[in-house]
Amino acid sequence: MSNSRSDASTGSATGNGRATGNGRATGNGAATGDERPGAENDPLRPSDHLESDGITQPALGPMGWIRWAWRQLTSMRTALVLLLLLAIAAVPGSIVPQRSADPNGVTQYFTDNPDLAPVLENLQLFDVYTSAWFSAIYILLFVSLIGCVIPRTQHHWKALRARPPRTPARLARLDAYREELIEVADPGADAGGTAIASAEVDRAAAQLRAGGYRVQRYDSRGSFSVSAERGYLRETGNLVFHAALVGVLVTVGLGGGFAYTGQRVIVEGTTFVNTLLDYSSMNRGRFVSEGALPPYAMTLDSFDVTYQPLGTNAAGQAGDFSANVTVRTPDGETSEGAVRVNHPLDIAGDKIYLLGNGYAPTIVIRNAEGEVVFDESVPFLPQDANMTSLGVVKVPDGMPEQLGMVGFFYPTQAALETGAFTSRYPALINPSLTLNVYEGDLGIDDGTPRSVYVLDPTEMTQLTGGKTGVDSVELAPGETSDLPNGLGTITFIDETPTGAPAGYGESVKRFASLQVHRDASAVWVLVFAVLALLGLLTALFVPRRRLWVKATPEGPIVRVEYAGLARGEDPALAAAVDQFATRHRTAGRETPHVD
Amino acid sequence: MPGEAISLDAISIVLIWTAITLYALAFVAYAFDLARRSSAAVEAQDAAGPARVAEPALVGAARSADPAGGPSSGRRVSAADGGTVQASGDGERKRYVMARIGTSLTVLAFAFHLGATLTRGIAAGRVPWSNMYEFAMTGTLLIVAVYLVVLLRYDLRFLGTFITGLVVLLLGGAALTFYVEIVPLMDPLKSVWLVIHVFVASLGTAFFALAFALSVMQLMQTKRETRALVAAAGTAEASTRRSPGFLRTLPSAEVLEALAYRFAIIGFIFWTFTLIAGSIWAQDAWGRYWGFDTKEVWTFVIWVLYAGYIHARATRGWRGTRSAWLSIIGFSAVLFNFTIVNMFFKGLHVYSGLN
Repeated sequence: MSNSRSDASTGSATGNGRATGNGRATGNGAATGDERPGAENDPLRPSDHLESDGITQPALGPMGWIRWAWRQLTSMRTALVLLLLLAIAAVPGSIVPQRSADPNGVTQYFTDNPDLAPVLENLQLFDVYTSAWFSAIYILLFVSLIGCVIPRTQHHWKALRARPPRTPARLARLDAYREELIEVADPGADAGGTAIASAEVDRAAAQLRAGGYRVQRYDSRGSFSVSAERGYLRETGNLVFHAALVGVLVTVGLGGGFAYTGQRVIVEGTTFVNTLLDYSSMNRGRFVSEGALPPYAMTLDSFDVTYQPLGTNAAGQAGDFSANVTVRTPDGETSEGAVRVNHPLDIAGDKIYLLGNGYAPTIVIRNAEGEVVFDESVPFLPQDANMTSLGVVKVPDGMPEQLGMVGFFYPTQAALETGAFTSRYPALINPSLTLNVYEGDLGIDDGTPRSVYVLDPTEMTQLTGGKTGVDSVELAPGETSDLPNGLGTITFIDETPTGAPAGYGESVKRFASLQVHRDASAVWVLVFAVLALLGLLTALFVPRRRLWVKATPEGPIVRVEYAGLARGEDPALAAAVDQFATRHRTAGRETPHVD
Repeated sequence: MPGEAISLDAISIVLIWTAITLYALAFVAYAFDLARRSSAAVEAQDAAGPARVAEPALVGAARSADPAGGPSSGRRVSAADGGTVQASGDGERKRYVMARIGTSLTVLAFAFHLGATLTRGIAAGRVPWSNMYEFAMTGTLLIVAVYLVVLLRYDLRFLGTFITGLVVLLLGGAALTFYVEIVPLMDPLKSVWLVIHVFVASLGTAFFALAFALSVMQLMQTKRETRALVAAAGTAEASTRRSPGFLRTLPSAEVLEALAYRFAIIGFIFWTFTLIAGSIWAQDAWGRYWGFDTKEVWTFVIWVLYAGYIHARATRGWRGTRSAWLSIIGFSAVLFNFTIVNMFFKGLHVYSGLN
């Protein structure tokens, strides 16, 4: 580290952005670890050090100002302020609903707070983590980090190849210090003390080298000494940690461009083909082409779920979800698999996740002439833990006017005191479907995209339920009912397969909501995250320290001094010096001096 | 079978309330210890004549010590002060009888606490940390465990009031308001990551708690040392307010800070691991490794706060008091994350088991 001094001075001359010298370490506190301990104002510290107030600087030109700004940005103090800002800036995203995590919450927020919501919208508070201000903070932080890590890497690279520094003249001034006196057996001999001193230091050097220290002898006319340093891994770990964080950020950023996520609701017995057209919604990264999706078809054979029986704790709690699928690839191969919670299914590099499930009553509608105008299993979205489910039926053609229906499906129907229905249990014990019928314009002919789960009744007339005085349609599986105004009939098909046990247990099909996700970068994010953790471990727990052993012949005795200096946090330094001194002395007694 | 399970859980409840009572008693003993230390310190002061004689030497020693010195400077400083942080011989420990009683009670309470947690786990047939009640139980168990293990190496009994007080509050509060009957695990929790992720997060919390307590002590000690300096300088305002006397028996602010830092970095490592493990789990359970869910946000905020704390320790002008405040803010965020975020914030981590 003989170049450490010159480094510090060139640091100030070239403004290499390391305003705090070694201080910008993850907690190694190296600012206190220069080789000149105890010096209150270190003259070797760069002159632009933040604490050195009152320095008159020459007028700065444009380059000078840029350099100044860069140095400010890459200073430890700025990094610290940016870190704290980042923590504060992340908080609103947990208070205000976020589009990325909770889009429905955002919609609800606009409904609940019509005055406040637009203000928050302008402040990008519904998209905190992609907002300009949040991005500004973390980009500045990472620029600061890179601006610090690069010069430090150069510095560390030099340090790795440098020799340990010259032994300080007065070791006794160091914090960890120990001294031993050896009597010279034959003081009369000319080189007696010198020979002993030299041998002591030889042995110390060998022991230090064996202990993983890098050693350098510094013998002068009056004394012998060895200078040793260890723990370079601390700074290596520190740099690896910070570089790995950059790696995480870059892979997350780039990876998003190559990732896609699609959602698809699929009813038992139906098939989904992995093309863009077949998704209910799809988010693609900018580098994902339309043909990038691997071709396969997936059939939902069955959907399993168990409910805690009535009378137990948590009765009705659902679990053991499993969407059992058959996958066919273009070459004709088929394979069976299950999509379960915590266990996504891998297909051709895609991962299939189970997001939700529910009932999909099969409904057949005939017009007055008896022609089938609608025959579908309609997914009803669960509204509560007992699977009270809400669904919409749209009949665009085959009727005098377009027909819309909205209603509830109750797997175990029960009446509340108010007369309204609810579901008491999520399994199919007493299934019932109630629907209100609307007639008019569904609003889908002009090409406006409409959710299949929402009925917009503004251009429609309500025919049943509510204030119409006509009872809503209410059906159990297998039942058929007349539609109002002689429009036709509606049937709730009982899907119970032949040979199934009696009861409604399998009378209604289920649907599964699946997510297809591909993100090849995830594994790299993990690699960098683990690297960061390993770097952190070495940066925080490997002690970087210097040790010196110096032997000085002083007439009839040889003074042996041991001293240590911490470079960064090193709680065990004093113990290390003591331990080494003891080991050195013990070894000395075992191998008597030559002469 | 259910009958048996219920009776085991009933045993667990009895054990937990026994543990809470014992912790409360330990708290009282530790509080008496602090009071005793205060009066002893005052007596020693009276016996030694004017207090200010000793003070400047103490503070001087603390100031000149290498901040990275740790126990070495600790031993030296405390030699001047009377307090020590290294677990030392019996002679040193005998002086604090109430503290010994407090520690014994804490060990006893810990045994009951462990029993309660184990019976709950056995009754449920899974790890006992899958809802708020169980998480509070295991989390506080780990806080006490870490405290007791650390006691073997450092004499931190002056933190006993804090640790037992915190545990009584959290555990008592949880037993009163968070208790839920044993129910089967929800599907998303059926994962090996429940065992790893949540356990390591609790362990990290335990170390953060110790660091927090030490940082609070550090701030108080800094104040006292400053007052002592002022008193030594002979200015009149020194006599207006006094710091608690027990601080005299504690290590210097510098040593407290070094210790707090050591616990905080261990906590930080665990927390980093928690983040990574949580992301792996989220990738499997929710289809993405990171989505700024409220709990993810707070875990991230806490991580950044402690990263800031560690950097502050290496930044001139931020060592000492300012970094101590960061440690305190960090642990406040941890508590906030556990209580308020779990109960009132909407998100995917809806496993409190509360309605």
